[in-house]
This record gives sequence, C-alpha cells and structure tokens, in this order.
Amino acid sequence: MDARFPWFILLAPLISAVLIQLFTRQSRGLSATISVASVCFTLLASLFVFAGPDGSSEIPWLDFRPAFYVPIGVTVDALSKVMLLVVTGVGALVHIYSLVYMHEDESEARFFGNLSLFMFSMLGIVLANNFAMMFIFWELVGVSSYLLIGHWFTRDSAAKAANKAFLANRIGDFGFMLGILMVWTAFGTVVFSEMEAVRDQLSLPAVFSTIAVLLIFCGAVGKSAQLPLHVWLPDAMEGPTPVSALIHAATMVAAGVYMLARVSFLIELSATAQLIIAWVGILTAVMAALMATQQDDIKRILAYSTLSQLGYMICAIGLASPGAAMFHLFTHAFFKALLFLGAGAIIHALHHEQDIWRMGGLSKKMKWTFLTFTAGYLALIGTPFFSGFFSKDAILLAAWQQNKLIFLLGLATAFLTAFYMTRLFVVTFLGQTRSDAASHAHDGPARMTVPLIILAVLSVVAGYGFISNAALGHDLAQQLHLAHDAGGAILVMILATVAFIVGAGGGWVLYKGQTKDPILIPLFKNKFYFDELYAALIAGTQDLLATIARYIDQWFIDGLLVRGLSGATWATGFALRFLQFGNLQGYAFLFGLGVVATIYLLVFR
Amino acid sequence: MLSLIIFIPILAALGILLGAPARKTALGAAAAQFLISALAFLSYDKAKGAFQFVSSTPIVADWKLNYAVGADGLSLVMLLLTGLVTLAAVWVTQQVEKRENLFYACVLLISAGAAGAFASTDLFFFYAFHELALIPTFLLIGLWGTGERFTAAWKITIYLGLGSFVLLIGLIDLYLAVPEALRTFDLIELQRLAANGLIPAAAQSRPYIFLLIGFGILISLFPFHSWAPPAYASAPTAASMLHAGVLKKFGLYGLIRVALPLLPDGAKEWANVLLILLVGNILYVGFVTIAQKKLDLLLGYSSVMHMGYIFLGIAAFNLVGVSGAALLMFAHGLSIAALFALAGFLREKNPLLTLDGFGGLAKPAPWLGFAFGLAAFASIGLPGFANFAGEMAIFFGAFKPAAGLSASNFQLATVFALWGVVISAVYMLRAYRAIFLGEPGKDAATWADPAKTFRWPVILLLAVLLIAGFVPSLFLAYLQPSIEALLPK
Repeated sequence: MDARFPWFILLAPLISAVLIQLFTRQSRGLSATISVASVCFTLLASLFVFAGPDGSSEIPWLDFRPAFYVPIGVTVDALSKVMLLVVTGVGALVHIYSLVYMHEDESEARFFGNLSLFMFSMLGIVLANNFAMMFIFWELVGVSSYLLIGHWFTRDSAAKAANKAFLANRIGDFGFMLGILMVWTAFGTVVFSEMEAVRDQLSLPAVFSTIAVLLIFCGAVGKSAQLPLHVWLPDAMEGPTPVSALIHAATMVAAGVYMLARVSFLIELSATAQLIIAWVGILTAVMAALMATQQDDIKRILAYSTLSQLGYMICAIGLASPGAAMFHLFTHAFFKALLFLGAGAIIHALHHEQDIWRMGGLSKKMKWTFLTFTAGYLALIGTPFFSGFFSKDAILLAAWQQNKLIFLLGLATAFLTAFYMTRLFVVTFLGQTRSDAASHAHDGPARMTVPLIILAVLSVVAGYGFISNAALGHDLAQQLHLAHDAGGAILVMILATVAFIVGAGGGWVLYKGQTKDPILIPLFKNKFYFDELYAALIAGTQDLLATIARYIDQWFIDGLLVRGLSGATWATGFALRFLQFGNLQGYAFLFGLGVVATIYLLVFR
Repeated sequence: MLSLIIFIPILAALGILLGAPARKTALGAAAAQFLISALAFLSYDKAKGAFQFVSSTPIVADWKLNYAVGADGLSLVMLLLTGLVTLAAVWVTQQVEKRENLFYACVLLISAGAAGAFASTDLFFFYAFHELALIPTFLLIGLWGTGERFTAAWKITIYLGLGSFVLLIGLIDLYLAVPEALRTFDLIELQRLAANGLIPAAAQSRPYIFLLIGFGILISLFPFHSWAPPAYASAPTAASMLHAGVLKKFGLYGLIRVALPLLPDGAKEWANVLLILLVGNILYVGFVTIAQKKLDLLLGYSSVMHMGYIFLGIAAFNLVGVSGAALLMFAHGLSIAALFALAGFLREKNPLLTLDGFGGLAKPAPWLGFAFGLAAFASIGLPGFANFAGEMAIFFGAFKPAAGLSASNFQLATVFALWGVVISAVYMLRAYRAIFLGEPGKDAATWADPAKTFRWPVILLLAVLLIAGFVPSLFLAYLQPSIEALLPK
C-alpha cells in the first residue's frame, strides 16, 4: 500500500464537493456522476488501506512548536480501518441509491455536492491523528449535516430542524473544545499517539481527569445525540431519506462513539466519568425506546431507534468495552442504513407518505423492499443468528459483568426494541392497505433495490466471527473474546432471547390487524416533553437575557453613559456645538485639532 | 514601495476632487494599491525577517520627527488586508447618488490613512495617519448614510474623537515615560529601548491604561462599544466595509505594535481588567446581538462581539495567542467586509433590513444565499475559514497565558469565550434562516442574484478567507516571527 492512499481517501470527496459547488451546479447528471465516482474511489482505496499495514503521516497545520502544534495527519490502525469500511461502504450504497431517490429533485446537484462534503468531513474524523484535527472535521460534519437536513430549505420545518441540529451540536462542541484544552494543558500535545505515550507518566488529580473526560464526552453527547442533547436527531428526519440513512443512522451519529473509542486510553483515567457515561448511554437507550413505541412517522420511529442503539454503544464505552461498542456500531450501520433506505423506498413509492397508519399490506406490493426490510428488522431486534443479536449481546454481557442495574435497563431496551419494531413492521407491511398511495405502491428500480439487497446480506452476516473479527482487528476482537470467557455469556444470551421473544410477540399480538393505535401514552408520544421544556428554557434564559442586555445597551450604556459623558466634557461640548450647526466639515476640522494638539504639547512641554 | 501604498490613494483622491473620472480613478488606484501591497507581501524576505522596505525622511530634525515607513510581517498582513478590502469596497459600490467625486475621495483617504498607520514606524505618523482616516469616515456617514445618519455620525464623531484624545494622552505619557535623553518617536528604536529594560516598569501602568482605553474606544471595547453598530448600520456600504474591516483594526494593531512591546509590565498589570471587559464584548454584546431584529445592526454588534476574541488573544501575551489574534484580525476584516457588502445588496430592495422582511431568498437568488452563507459561516468561526484558525490559536494561547498572568482567570475567560461561539451560531443561523430559508416571501420572486461586477469582489474576499483557512501557515509564517520579536523574551 502506498502511504499516500489515506490522503487520497480524504481528498477525493473534497475535490468532488468543490467541483460540484463551483462548476457543475447547473448539470445534475454530471454532479451526481462526480459524487458517485468519488465515493466509489474512496471505497476501493479504503479496501486497499484495509488490506494494507498500519501507519500514519502528517503535515503541519498550526505550528507554534514547542508551545502548540496541530498537524493534519492520517492514522491507519484497526479502529480507523473498520470505520473506513463502514463509512465508505454504506456511503457508496447510499450514493447509488440517491441516484434514484433524488432524481426528480431540481437541486440534485447541490445535494450531491453536500453529500461529498459530508464524506470529506466524516473521513477526516475517521483518519484524524489528533484532537484538534478531529474537532475541525467534527465541526465540518455538523455543517454538512446542517446543509443536508435543510436541503429542502423552503420548508420552514426543514430550516428549523437544520438550525436545531447545528446548535445542539455546537453546545456539545463547547464542552468538547474545553475538554481538549484541558487535556492539552495536562499532556502538552493534542496528538493521540503522543498523549498515549505520556499518559502513564502523568499523575493527574482525579477531579481533573473526571472533568476533562466528561467535557470530551460532551462532544459525543452532541454528535451522537445522547440525553439531554438528543432532541435534534428526530427533527433531522426533515432531510432526504438517504441522508437520514447515511448521516443520521450509520456514520455521523456514530462519530461520538468512534471518538470515545479512539481516546479510550483517556476515558480509562476516570472511573467516575466512565460510570456517568454508561448511565447517560443506557438512559438514552431506554427513554428513546419508550418514545419510539408511540410514534407514527416511519422515519421518526427509526430515528428514536437510532438514539436508543447509540445509547447502547455509548453505554459500552462507559463500561470500558470499546470493542463491544465498535462491534455494535459496525453491525448497526448496516441494518439501520438498510431500514432507512427501505423506509425511503416506501416513502418514495407512496409519494412522500410517512405515516405508518396510512401504509399497510406493503409486503405484497413491494417484495424486495419487504424482504430486505425484514432482514434489517430481524437484525435490529436481536433475532438469534442475525448480526444485531451478537453485537447487542456483547454490550449486554459487559453490563452483566459490571453493573446489574444497567444490565436490566439494557434488557428492557432490548424488549422495547423488539416491541416497537414489530409494531412498525406489522402495521407497515401486513394487513390491508390503508391508503390509495399504498395500494399503488411498487418496488423501485435496480439502483434502489441492489443497495438494499447488499445491506440485507451484510445485516445478516456481519455479526459472524469470521467477518467481525477481521473487520474489528485483533485487539478489539480479543477484547470481545476475553469478555465472552469471563462468565455469564450463556445466561445473558438466554435472557436477551427471552426479551426478544416477549417484545416481538407482544408487538405482534397487539398490532396484528389494527387500523389505529390501540395504546395511547401521551408522555411517550410527546417525547417526555423535552422540546417544550427546552423552548421554555430558551425563552426563559437566552431570549430573556438577550432582551435585557439590549435594553441595558440602549438605555444605560448608550443612553446615560455616552450622552452623560459627552455632555460633561468640554471637548465634546465643543464638538456638539459644531454638530448643532449641522456642519460636518466642522468636525472634520475638530479632528485636525488632534494633530495640532500633539504638536502644541510637544513644543510647549 | 510602502509610500506608494499610502500615496497612490491620496493622489488619486486629489485627482478625483480635481475632476478625474471618479469611479475609474478610484478603482484603478485601489487595484494599484492592492497589487503593490501584494507585491510587497511576496517580496518580503522572510528568512531575514525584521523591518524591510524601510525609508525615513526627516520632518522636524529638532524633535527627531521623521516620516518613517517600514514593514514587518505583521504590517504586511495588515497592508494586504487594507488593499483587499479597499479594492472590494470600491468595486461593490455601484452608484453614488450625489457628489460622487467626494465620495470616492473619502473612501480612498480612509484607505490611505489606514495603510499609513500600518506602515509607519514613527509614533507621530502612526497616530496622524489614523486621524486622517477618521475624518472621511465621518463625512461618509454624515453625507451618504441612511436612516438616522446624523445621530450616528454625531455619536461616532464624539466617541472616536474622545478615543483619539485619550490615545493621544497615552502616547504622550508613553513618550514621557522614556528617560529624557533617550526620547524618540521611532518605534523601532523605542522597541529596542523597551527590550533593554529602559522603560521603567513603574512608569508603565498609567500610559498603558490610557492606551488601552484609547485604543479600546476605537476598537469598540466593552463598554465603549455603543457607537459602532448604529454607525455601521447607517454608513454607506463602502464605509462600513472599510471601517469595520480595516480601520477598526488600527486599535488592535496599536495594542500589538505599541502597547505590548513597550509597556509589557503595564499590560500584565491590567490584564485582569481587560479580561473582564473582553468577556463583556463576547457574552454581553453577544446577547445584545441575539436580540437584534435588523441585519445591519446585527452585523454591527456581531463585529463588536468578535473583537472580544481578538482582545483575548492579545491579553494572553504569548506567541500562540497574539499570533491567533493577528490572524483573526485579518480574517475578521475580510469576513465582515464581505457581510457588509452583501448586506448592502440586500438593502437595495429592503432598505430597513428588518429580518422578518425577508424569507426564502436562497431560492430566487442562490448565489447570494451561497455567498452570504460562506461569509456567515466564516464569521462564526467554522473550520475551513481563517477565522477558525485564528480563534483556535487564541483559545489555546489563552488557556496557557504568558508567565506572570493568572492562568485560572484566563481559563475562565476562555470558557466564556467558547460559550460565545455558541451564541454567535444562534444569531447568525437565525438571521440566515430568516433571510434565505423558509417559505419565499411574497416579493421573493422580484429578487435575483447580483450582477457579475458585484460578485467578483465578494468572491475575492471569500477566496482569501478560504485559502488562509486551509493553509494558515501562509500568513502565520509572516505573523509569527514579527510577533515573537514584539513579545518580551
């Protein structure tokens, strides 16, 4: 492998984004071709990199050595390799799928340009060899997500959702940057490998490392949409569905997990922080699953499901099992992207209908979509021998070994997942069609179904050892094996299977043949009233402060202070007199006086 | 060479007043000024460093008063900024309703004054050139302004007059702080004296606070900021671009060029006061910005707010922080000039610039939406633009400030500054959404993208922002050695 390969991976999507933005915005077909070509190239290059040796290289970016140094550098190791495969693999399929999905959109060129910008940003996070560079691409991912959520910007809801996503991410980044600064003061470097090398020679106060780790975790809370910053992700479904699949299910939102896995050597410094991370993760998992049980929009159900699964991964990080977190990230990327693309196929076929209660009976109308969606569904709910079963099991096992309460909540989440996904599945695909659009639905063309089939195959097999061990690399796989041998494996597997059976069975019994939701739980349906709470909070703090500050500025600082001051001094009183004559040239002269005064003072001093 | 940068616009201004075709002459002069600045920038020998292109002409030999110019990396970056923004400001000016000659002459004189201040190595001319630039600024607002132009012109005149006066007192006090036998206006000489400890630490406190307040008023340091937003709101576009983009940087440049190297002990003594004030710029003014309902005032306040970050870098008093501040000065100058240029275009159809008077403009005017988006993203410090590189260096610099400063106070200020990053996203995204996104308003159909002649200057500004954002070392290679020479060893 050429050492320049990872750089090509980074540059190809950037070039594509720039070309489209500057030159081919008028041509939809050409823009799409450039974008798809670039992503296929990065996929191929990633495969080469994956097969090749580890390594890293860098060029200086901000160079104030020895005080401060930020390189732009790429790291190829087990962690970045698996992430490269996920991002470029799912990325390529989503690009191809988008050729059909976005074909009728007049802003197709802009869409593909932004998609390339996203790929560039995301691959930057994956390859980053230091914190500052990761932060740079972290922010850029936020921008491209903002642009893609707001793709249909003439819809107020889309514009609003885009803003919300950006702000939630920036709030997280506030903590993230602060955490980076703290770590830098202690380590004297932002480069991961250098930090890891000096870690054991440092003895940091426990409080310091706890705060620093939690601040860094804030970044993940924003990007991976954990409590309490989760509110942006469901709204982000305003973006086109391929975007939801790629960015808001498989890759960007997983960046928080990836980042934490990347700096797991830091997380280990504080047991307190680890515990908090695990709890934030598992609470997000449970609460998002509860919210998912009462949603009617097919994409929103999947969005809450994503929140919930991300909660699992974050929890695994907190349980010091980055292996389990990355394993679940790996399998989840495939089946969740698949579910979103399947949902997109349905929405496309039903002319933008997203309410599951206006679907029904689609199993007969859309065979391929149905079959592939089924595979994703079974994988997500942890059906034995599907990929999600193995990866979720790894997280539950870690919880079992360390914290029984977290394990119970994890099990409850597994039950809820099986329940709400069965609800979605039964209501969407089985029974009678419940709308005109649904009765005329049919599968999309091959460019749409082939990505679904590939993802379906991966959703089934990605959990098998021969694939996952190769993908995760030796160290992470080893971690999983050790955990497996540490006891409880069989019991956890049995309990998880029971949760799966009860959840899926319950969903099936309750929702089979229903035409409207037999259950109504307002708390869940209204998402625990987070949005309302935040709206009140923003109105009560930020907007109030802003209004008060504006009045102070207008009436005190500008009003009393400035005018009072100006009335009091002779010099300005003099100027005022000029002004009252309305003679602007007059005070031009006044300023000449400034120069004269200098000379005066110098002569007579 | 440097004198050309100063005197080409002055001569062109005189020519225009005497009847030369106004716009053509102005554009030619601005282009020449920009090209010579760029040439000076490129031909500066970085390996040699220090001041180059030095020339000196005695004016009053008895007082050792010389017209002396010279440029190090810091001056060159500021001269390049002056050239870029002047060119863009003249270029975007489409038509002038009355007294076109005087208008363009004023614009060129502002530019000449700013360039003169950045190129002077003599304290007297450093000050006098800035005064030269202020007068046409007042005239531009008073004669060609919109809205409450008289109030705005009045306020800025009184305020900046006061600021200049305080600054003058500070400079004289500084001059007197030097032992009598060694007194000089020569900045390079003064710097040598200071480096050798010949400006007594005890005598530094008073001149420094005068300089801080004097420069501070000119930079709109909280709580001396309230002149800026109304002035920018009512000034004609070219004046807002030049003042917010270039002339306001004079005060910051002065702090770095004069106050830090000559009065290092004074700077350290007053650092905590400056920290409180700059947090006022970032947080308090940030909140005021959120509450704005008109684009011009919003941009004016946001510009005041961003001064807080530059102050933070300067206050940190170390290579990383001050270099970041200088880079951000350059970046902010370009981004705010681009924003005011675009706001000027928006003003043509919505003279009040009220945010709820727009909506969905990205549909009929995609280029405008794209360019405004880039400039807005730049100004709120997104990676890829020079503003981000500057801010990042400032944050890291401030988190470990120079020896003798309270690290914990600086870290606390940095926390507030980082929260300011969230605040700026709040108001900028809100404004962008109100103007460009959402349902197109009822008169959205009458909008169209600006003509090519308007686009090129904006593209020029944005392109430089992107280049400096991707490869900040292009500019830091100039800034770093100069700033290292200015900081005490």
